[in-house]
Amino acid sequence: MSAGDAGVSGGDRGTGGTGGPGEVGRNIVSGALLGVGVAAFVDETVFHQLLHWHHFYDRSTPAAGLVSDGIFHAFGWFATVAGLFLFADLRRRRSVRPARWWAGLLLGAGGFQLYDGTVQHKLLRLHQIRYVEDVAAYDWTWNVLAAAMIVAGLVLLRRRIPRGA
Amino acid sequence: MHEHHHVALPGLLLLAGLCGYTALVCLPRRRRPWPWWRTASWFAGLGAAGVAVLGPPARGGFVAHSAGHLLLGMLAPLLVCAAAPVTLLLRGLPVGGARRVSRLLRGAPAGALTHPVTAVLLSAGGLGLLYATPLYRLAATHPTVGLLVHAHVFAAGCLLTAVLVGPDPMPHRAPLPVRAVALVAFMAAHGILMKVLYAHPPAGVPAGEAQRGAMLMYYGGDALDLVLLVLLGVQWYRTAGRAVSPPRAAPTGSPAWPRR
Repeated sequence: MSAGDAGVSGGDRGTGGTGGPGEVGRNIVSGALLGVGVAAFVDETVFHQLLHWHHFYDRSTPAAGLVSDGIFHAFGWFATVAGLFLFADLRRRRSVRPARWWAGLLLGAGGFQLYDGTVQHKLLRLHQIRYVEDVAAYDWTWNVLAAAMIVAGLVLLRRRIPRGA
Repeated sequence: MHEHHHVALPGLLLLAGLCGYTALVCLPRRRRPWPWWRTASWFAGLGAAGVAVLGPPARGGFVAHSAGHLLLGMLAPLLVCAAAPVTLLLRGLPVGGARRVSRLLRGAPAGALTHPVTAVLLSAGGLGLLYATPLYRLAATHPTVGLLVHAHVFAAGCLLTAVLVGPDPMPHRAPLPVRAVALVAFMAAHGILMKVLYAHPPAGVPAGEAQRGAMLMYYGGDALDLVLLVLLGVQWYRTAGRAVSPPRAAPTGSPAWPRR
């Protein structure tokens, strides 16, 4: 796991770099961006392309849903690339902090999925998770998973990291 | 006779481009040789544009048109920009001429044209006009209109690519965050337009064909947008690297994208 590798030298405290709060922030931002990107990517490949649960465009989508989807689709790609370059930069500076980075990833992925599951699917009626009778079960699974990722991210973020570990 | 013009004009322009670039590369002005891959990129870029304008995409149905659109509006501009034609021109021209070109680049009109907002409006706006108005049908039936649309698609694509990630000197180049926002805005507009196109085919295009064409442009556009994103990331990574370790900032290997 590349994230683990990079931080191995200094546990969760980078050995190089300044070690200031800015670096913690950068770790979280890098993870969060990649998290949003991964969630958007999984949504696109697994649910749209592989399972065909979601439609490319179901034609009954209102304009607001289409615009929101377009912006998030574009931002998902941007977030993936930006998150990876930020991570490369953190490695170069030897200031990767795996726990913070993974916390950011979980928050980003969970946040995107929750937004997708509530605002886009329900409020903007973009498309449904699956076109079946009982979509509520899918909606609950989707959103509970999203909430679980957010909670896990927050726990990881709050956890005290032993010095010198 | 009339038909001939619409093949001859773009054909001649492309040929002139190939000859002009080759002549500048061959000028014995500098000792440092011009990188071969830039020349290759120029030939590939104009070749892609040629295929789009003169080849099968120009004669086929809507799906072929979509493939041609990707070639002409995105792939060809990417390759043409990687060839750094303005840098080549500046180093090939005599001092007086080079000074005039660089004054032109520094001028206010160039500044307005190379603003990311202008570039995004010209490319995404042109795309919107083409598919949301009767322009597509007009271009398909009137060769002159078709030629103008091709010219606009190619020029707007080149402008956008140059503004966002181009290696050529651009005195008014926008800061990286502005360019990143512009690229995301363009990608979003591109995606939204293709979904609208999927649902509302242009006049005279069968629904099935419009859907296949729109999806081709949607996913093909994503792939090429990803290249732009990565190039933007590489530029950021290099700039940020200068702050980390100034002496080792510039990698010595062959660069994926030209450095200025």
